[in-house]
Amino acid sequence: MDRMSNSVLTVSKLTKRFGSFTAVDEVSFEIRPGEILGLLGPNGAGKTTTIQMLLGVVTPTSGSIEAFGLDLSTHREAVLQQINFSSTYIAMPQSLTVEENLWVVARLYGMSDIASRVDQIVKKLEMEEFRQKVTRKLSSGQMTRLTLAKALLTAPRLLFLDEPTASLDPDIACKIRSILKEERRSSGLSILYTSHNMREMEEMSDRIIFLQRGRLVAEGTAQAIVDRFGKADLEEVFLNLARESNVPSTP
Amino acid sequence: MKLHRVTALILRHLYLYRRSLPRIMEIFYWPFLDLVIWGFITLYLARYQSEVPGFVTFFLGALILWDVLFRAQQGITITFLEELWARNLMNLFASPLKPSEFLAATMAMSVMKVTFVSIVLAGCALVFYSYNVLIIGVWLIPFVLNLVITGWIIGVLTTSLIMRFGQEAEVLAWSMVFLFQPISCVFYPMEVLPGWLKAIAWANPAAHIFEGMRGVLISGQAPFSNLVWAVGLNSVLLVGVVIWFYRTMAYCKDQGLLVRVGE
Ligand SMILES: Nc1ncnc2c1ncn2[C@@H]1O[C@H](COP(=O)(O)OP(=O)(O)OP(=O)(O)O)[C@@H](O)[C@H]1O
Repeated sequence: MDRMSNSVLTVSKLTKRFGSFTAVDEVSFEIRPGEILGLLGPNGAGKTTTIQMLLGVVTPTSGSIEAFGLDLSTHREAVLQQINFSSTYIAMPQSLTVEENLWVVARLYGMSDIASRVDQIVKKLEMEEFRQKVTRKLSSGQMTRLTLAKALLTAPRLLFLDEPTASLDPDIACKIRSILKEERRSSGLSILYTSHNMREMEEMSDRIIFLQRGRLVAEGTAQAIVDRFGKADLEEVFLNLARESNVPSTP
Repeated sequence: MKLHRVTALILRHLYLYRRSLPRIMEIFYWPFLDLVIWGFITLYLARYQSEVPGFVTFFLGALILWDVLFRAQQGITITFLEELWARNLMNLFASPLKPSEFLAATMAMSVMKVTFVSIVLAGCALVFYSYNVLIIGVWLIPFVLNLVITGWIIGVLTTSLIMRFGQEAEVLAWSMVFLFQPISCVFYPMEVLPGWLKAIAWANPAAHIFEGMRGVLISGQAPFSNLVWAVGLNSVLLVGVVIWFYRTMAYCKDQGLLVRVGE
């Protein structure tokens, strides 16, 4: 099988410049069906900008994004129908209840049998006790579960998760990780995952890509990256690269 | 364009009104207050009715029609602002939702707001001032339709500016329409404007509607030419602002502003 047809997402030489500043610099990677790809990098490395380009809300300066064999720039609607995302930093409308928010998202993505789909997802993420609550009144952990529910509700083939377990207690965080693994096992869901928790990254990711100052500087399994940098674990690799990042680059 | 995406957005905004007193007040209370104040002013001025024929009729009629335009604009801009305040733009524009569907939903919200406000205003005018807005006759229909479209034009223009310049431009949602009021000739005929301003007012579809309304009420003349001008200008300007909205969106996506506009 050729490389293109075997990947859910193929990113080639993706670049984003804001004026003279290059936030993402010729980044290329791919995600295979059912794969969890970890996206690591210190603050300002370009992770969010990359995800925003993959979601079509920031236009790349150059490079291409192909998902499910379709070019995002020309097949935006068909591609985004099969993608969803969740981020600790993105809110949901605060004046709506949890259930109302889920209904709106389900309609937006044209889901059928919304009532049972919402029931299912509420049960899966153990949200029964706050499903009728106004979103403004949720704790930050409950809010994280809502944004995750919103992302899983639409049965995506590709999911972008930006620190999905930040602000969750260890018990719920563990449950969420198993739900994600189960989704990937049962439906072949592919995930692009960012986290600042290195143990979680090691546990969840099949492969990891490491961004530094907008450039992709390492790619491989967690173990391969650790070996390549000659460090004890992923945390040490991260600290090493992050501290290098803080040294201003010479023009 | 997919209907389910448009109705999803409408549903989201109807949910908002379900339990929000300030939002409901925006539809019922403020327009009502407007009417009370202007109603009393009109009653006072009506003592000079003999000097300005049909004064009460066109003053209250103008007020109600001006509110149609104002609410039509607010329907668009406030719907966008609600998304901005809720930091929901990323959820929307990273979904399959198209800009055209977003605009269609805001226009539908605008029509709903106008309908409610008009019913409230027309009802109150009838009860409190024995003023029947239907006195304008069948012309009321094309007048209202054209004013709604002019409201959309100002609404889309304002929304584009807020998207481009961020939350600090938010005040435009309430002030922009008043920039158009002097050249809309709501309460006075176009002929009282100085020449240069008259030329600008001529390009404003709303001015032709209010001219037409006065024509119908005062001299009973059919406002054909006013309507032709209004429809023509509305068509050209609506296409223009929608193109501008798309261009602004492309610019914001390029600059990474779309997802940061609410921050
Ligand atoms: N719209 C923008 N205009 C100008 N510069 C931007 C814009 N968006 C991002 N940047 C810059 O691009 C760089 C990468 O930012 P980005 O948010 O992608 O980093 P990140 O890896 O997600 O960081 P963090 O872990 O802190 O979220 C930063 O230096 C940021 O200041």
